[in-house]
Amino acid sequence: MTAEARSVAVPAPFKKRRRVGETLIRGFLFACGALSVATTVGIVVVLSQQALLFFLDDEVTFAEFFSGTSWQPAIGQFGIWPLVLATLMVSVIAMVVALPLGLASAIYLSEYASQRVRAVIKPILEVLAGIPTVVYGYFALTFMTPMLRSIFGVSNVEIFNQASAGVVVGILIIPLISSLAEDALHAVPSTLREAAYALGATRLEVATRVVVPAALSGITAAFVVAISRAIGETMVVAIAAGASPKNFTFGDDSLFGYILNPFEAGETMTGHIVRISGGDVSYNTIDYNSIFAIGLTLFLVTLGLNMLSRRFVERFREKYE
Amino acid sequence: MSTRIELQEKDYSDLFPVGEDLQSQIGGRRRREGLARILFMVVLIVAISALATLLYTIINAAFGMTAIINTVEPDTIVADVGHDPEETGLADLTYDELVVVLEGSVTNNVGRRLERDQRFYEDRFVFENEATWSEICASSQPPTGCDAAPRDKSNVLQLVNERVVEPDVVKTWELIPSLFEREAIEAEIRSEEFQAANPGARPEFRAWLNWQFVTSPQSPNPETAGVRTAILGSLWVIALTVLFAFPVGVGAAIYLEEFARPNRLNQMIQTNINNLAGVPSIIYGMLGLAILVRVLEPITSGSFLGEGGSATENGRTIISAGLTLGLLILPVVIIASQEALRAVPNSMRAAGLALGATKWQTIRKHILPAAMPGVLTGSILATARALGETAPLVVVGASTFIITDPSGPFSKFTVLPIQIFQWTSRPQDEFRNIAAAAILVLLILLIVMNATAVFLRNRYSRSN
Repeated sequence: MTAEARSVAVPAPFKKRRRVGETLIRGFLFACGALSVATTVGIVVVLSQQALLFFLDDEVTFAEFFSGTSWQPAIGQFGIWPLVLATLMVSVIAMVVALPLGLASAIYLSEYASQRVRAVIKPILEVLAGIPTVVYGYFALTFMTPMLRSIFGVSNVEIFNQASAGVVVGILIIPLISSLAEDALHAVPSTLREAAYALGATRLEVATRVVVPAALSGITAAFVVAISRAIGETMVVAIAAGASPKNFTFGDDSLFGYILNPFEAGETMTGHIVRISGGDVSYNTIDYNSIFAIGLTLFLVTLGLNMLSRRFVERFREKYE
Repeated sequence: MSTRIELQEKDYSDLFPVGEDLQSQIGGRRRREGLARILFMVVLIVAISALATLLYTIINAAFGMTAIINTVEPDTIVADVGHDPEETGLADLTYDELVVVLEGSVTNNVGRRLERDQRFYEDRFVFENEATWSEICASSQPPTGCDAAPRDKSNVLQLVNERVVEPDVVKTWELIPSLFEREAIEAEIRSEEFQAANPGARPEFRAWLNWQFVTSPQSPNPETAGVRTAILGSLWVIALTVLFAFPVGVGAAIYLEEFARPNRLNQMIQTNINNLAGVPSIIYGMLGLAILVRVLEPITSGSFLGEGGSATENGRTIISAGLTLGLLILPVVIIASQEALRAVPNSMRAAGLALGATKWQTIRKHILPAAMPGVLTGSILATARALGETAPLVVVGASTFIITDPSGPFSKFTVLPIQIFQWTSRPQDEFRNIAAAAILVLLILLIVMNATAVFLRNRYSRSN
């Protein structure tokens, strides 16, 4: 409809007025939404651009980055495996702590707890979730490390070690797993539970044989999100895990005595980024560019995990909603 | 009838247990049920004790006995300027008296350096003289004292503590032993052996978290260091974060919930926001470093306003930090606001539109007020998260050591979590103590914010 046709056909009082204000506001609101896309684009562009500069440097080869087992920028060795291995180590320990504890508290809260108990437990978990990670870092260094050292022996456990950081990261993600898993358990229709109870099942049997299997995709989603959170966690590892990459060579270093020993110090990807960027690194040096290459790796891994988890969530939504 | 008889006669024992087998199986199942119940309780107790241990560790370190050596006792100082030490404390002295104390105790060289950092009086000099002052201020690199405002009382009090009293904590004890074995600790400090190693040491119960700690600026000595600069820095950064993230976040939520048609583009925006919420915070720090600090340096350093000057020659400023955290919490604010908007019944929209209001009028006057409690709660919780964020700000470039209060969005900054991080990373015990005290300050700020969220939510939901 052109403006001319409208002015002829529609009587004046009903003419649709053009509202400049409304259009402007709509435009502004759209810009707000679009800013988030710009953020993503910004992240991808910035990380890729600096990472590209890193890989174009003469000292670095693509193959070395993904296969090298020594990260020593001072002598031009850029193999990401020491950082990745420490990250995996911390994350695995964290998941070993957080999975059973988080899932068990979710099951308890969803299937066992009375209203009164829930009213006490849920706020406690929320408080745990709201404590800044730097505080957990302090906790790891001043409580967990001395405790591990007194249990396993001072000579076996270093002052900075991956086990302490891992356990504390685990405590930190318990509330996350617990609340996401509880949501998933909650979404299971109560008819399923009632049917099982009617057949004479105990609470435990209902929980483990009916509710948990029915909510499995949601619970998996919670786990995947938690892994992604553990990988991206920074302050705890920066404070407690160690401040230099745990370089190793296969064959020379003992696999369980050193390479995979959680009581040794080791720097994770996030810990390394924090240490390098905290020391006023100058732009366009290889150090500066290298943290963006690590950042890009980190971004892609966590993004992949989050998308995977979203898949799982969508699956359990489709089933019951 | 005939089928029923058939059922009774058939032997089902191969399918499920009957008779005694059944009884024993039920017993086993009940036992497992009981065990599981105990196991779940244990897990819960572990989770709760994690929180308890965390708080215990912090409080244990934030208070406790110390063995302290003062070079000059505060009482002596007070008596020297003619007050009764019984009635007057060091903090009760006037500004002029404190300056006199300082003048009498530090060397002229040190005094001149202090005066060049920041003057004591607007109109006269204590250590410098007029001629050299105008000379050094006219030089190519004038010291900060040439244009900075004169010192205030807390600043001079800090100097007196640092330069004259010079407290030195030689040993610290945790709170629990300090409470229950106080006599033994005091005896240990007074013992000849201890006194031989630390002459003049005397026991003092020290609350590392005290008023002086909250109001003093940063210092290299843990005994006199405080968190004022860090608290002010945190408040500045958070204010900018909220100013940016709240309007933009709510705007984006309104667009997605009220305007957006379910087409490709809008779906992409939505998916994108959900994905952004899961990006590790340190990645935002790198984004801030590369874009805000580096590319937008002329803007974020304040040089486009002619501001900043010698104090900040780069983009590692409060505004960069605030915007970085703003981008970080934006997805959380958007998602929370969307949920709040979604909870507003459709009848409200229909009623507004039916009365002839435009879409925006309906949103502004009806939908937004109704959604406000949810929007506010979500936003404040997101802001609380930003208050505790450390990693992105380390990357953006928080200053490691600043003693001047931030004066605007283009100042260099430090924030509480950064301060905690730095103090925790020091090997000396006293730094652990002040890190614990700083953690308590941070936790108190967070509690205040969360309480505000609850208060606002209740107030809004009542008035609607």
